[in-house]
Amino acid sequence: MTDSRHIDQPDADAEPPRQAAANGTGQPAGTTAPSADPEVARTALALMWRTRRFEEAVDDLFARGLMHGTMHLSIGQEASATGACLALRPDDAITSTHRGHGHCIAKGASLERMMAELLAKDTGYCRGRGGSMHIADVATGNLGANGIVAGGIPIAVGAALAYQLQGLDRVVVCFFGDGAANEGAFHEALNLAAIWSLPVIFLCENNKYGMSFSTERAFAVPHIADRASGYGMPGVTVDGNSVDDVFAAVTTAVERARAGGGPTLVEAETYRWKGHSKSDKNVYRTRDEIAEWRERDPILAFELQAREAGSLTDDDVQAVRDEARAAIRDAVQAANAAPDSEPGHLMDSVFAEVTA
Amino acid sequence: MTAQLERPTGQPRAPQNSQQSQGFEPGELRDLTYAEAVREAIGEAMAADDRVFILGEDIGQYGGAFGVTGDLFHRFGGERVRDTPISELGIVGAAVGAALAGMRPIVEIQFSDFTCQAMDQIVNQAAKIHFMLGGQANVPMVLRTPLGSGTGAAGQHSQSLEAWFAHVPGLKVVMPTTPAEAKGLLLASIDDPNPVIFLEHKLLYRERGPVPAGAERVSLGVTQVKRQGQDLTIVATGVMVSRSLAAAETLAAQGIQATVIDPCTLSPLDDAPILESVSQTGRALLVQEAPGNVGFMAEIAARIAESPALYRLLARIRRLSGLDAPMPYAPALETASVPQVDGIVTAATALVEES
Repeated sequence: MTDSRHIDQPDADAEPPRQAAANGTGQPAGTTAPSADPEVARTALALMWRTRRFEEAVDDLFARGLMHGTMHLSIGQEASATGACLALRPDDAITSTHRGHGHCIAKGASLERMMAELLAKDTGYCRGRGGSMHIADVATGNLGANGIVAGGIPIAVGAALAYQLQGLDRVVVCFFGDGAANEGAFHEALNLAAIWSLPVIFLCENNKYGMSFSTERAFAVPHIADRASGYGMPGVTVDGNSVDDVFAAVTTAVERARAGGGPTLVEAETYRWKGHSKSDKNVYRTRDEIAEWRERDPILAFELQAREAGSLTDDDVQAVRDEARAAIRDAVQAANAAPDSEPGHLMDSVFAEVTA
Repeated sequence: MTAQLERPTGQPRAPQNSQQSQGFEPGELRDLTYAEAVREAIGEAMAADDRVFILGEDIGQYGGAFGVTGDLFHRFGGERVRDTPISELGIVGAAVGAALAGMRPIVEIQFSDFTCQAMDQIVNQAAKIHFMLGGQANVPMVLRTPLGSGTGAAGQHSQSLEAWFAHVPGLKVVMPTTPAEAKGLLLASIDDPNPVIFLEHKLLYRERGPVPAGAERVSLGVTQVKRQGQDLTIVATGVMVSRSLAAAETLAAQGIQATVIDPCTLSPLDDAPILESVSQTGRALLVQEAPGNVGFMAEIAARIAESPALYRLLARIRRLSGLDAPMPYAPALETASVPQVDGIVTAATALVEES
């Protein structure tokens, strides 16, 4: 039985997110932009490079036939996961999506256990029963990725309801994509959160396509955040490729939620560089469009900002890049050496054991 | 409700017609309706454990569409007896999330037909989370919902969908048929660390029976033999249990002695008492209200056929089920759509005469 009221510190191989010190420059009162604080900037950059290198490694393992199943890469979207999770405490929770590697890493998951899950190992987060689409790390407040579009949105609302009933000041960041905003679950869940003033931040990562269907075709409103007013909650659209902007919006929303002010819808505009999944031939978008967004690499943009702010030197940046590469290499090596998942205990795992 | 609407304040009120078992010795039998027994279980679980709360449509001041939650709103307040908008997917999902975050939610879905609106959260989320996450988390929630025909509510308010749920690994499926079992099985379901689909037959809500005071549980996964007889074994679920018991009395007057078995928990199924009984009687009559095609009793028939009981059969296995048609409205049509006592007697007699 997992008691999520006792959430442990994140694993040692991911530096824990921290609140920035007071020194506002366009940031919410009492906070500093991540790029302007040397320690937070280093953490943010490390989380993003770890996410990028993790997914590049996964892409490579698939291409070489060394990884099974399917996966969805968030390359190009690293800033939204990182910026949002930097605004959280370790005991806050998230729900994630099928494109969730970045959320897991930003919330403090172990790279080795994530890689082990994708490599179908018994040491993986789900012991080989979930794979890429179901990684959860309940100990670090990650209530789980989800293979169903919008599946995690009502669950996030329920976790927030639990925290409210328990008298805790924890919040939940609910990640979902633009596609999820057209599911019925989105409507029901946002309304419940609003009428009960629940501490949820609905973080829509608008990466412009639900598989092949563009947001231009899927929405008759200019911004997904415009829908917030229909539920009686604030809505804000930010540059999802800017860690600082996502952090600022989520920090404001978290403060409001912790104070009992209820939910916020934050739309982070970003772009998925890679295809939806393995089968994607990119027939629904142009090379020019992809190239244009690759010019707006959220990681390189953040490095530039942090260097200009004097938070990180060129040597610092190079050190973070090297560390990320080494951490992923170590994770792949350790996962490869781990025992495979075994079918022997499958039937024992369907139900949780009833204790007297 | 009175014309003057009051908004729930979330503050507990003085008890009204409370059916708590306080004031009685533990185990003392009182005569309660099935609905009162369900309410008593919820009230006792909420009084004993702050993590337990209930949410659903019109369960607060209104007291529930079938009156099951009754005065619980006044006893526990609107935070823990939580009225919701008409959002089945949202509220079942909220129960899943609350369960993941340390609560013990009970969600009432007003008619079991409306679970169709919430199926993603039931089937893809609640049922799979424990397994899919490698055992990191549990979903200790109970989804209570009335099922069945007999109220003239037609095709979208009368179905018996138990086989759907029993087909999904990770869900426990419970169908209590007496007031005492309703209370004891519900208390055990609330204790259970897994999602439980708790199916209450709406024709049983007003049925009365002895119910023990106190927190005595009835274990899930224990099949109950409700009548012993050597000539045939009748396996029945839901309202068909009482119809089978009535049929057994008629059969006894004709010199045919029937065993009547009620699985109570459809999944995970305790099939041993069924297989043992069929081995002894050599005849199996399987009775359900739901349409026969791919129904729960098809599973019972298969388990008998796969077991050594097959070699002891004196007659073919016989299923008596609802028609493979949507439930109609007109009383005569509705009655004709599901097994009745006379039909059970006729089928049982034919089965005995066949061999």
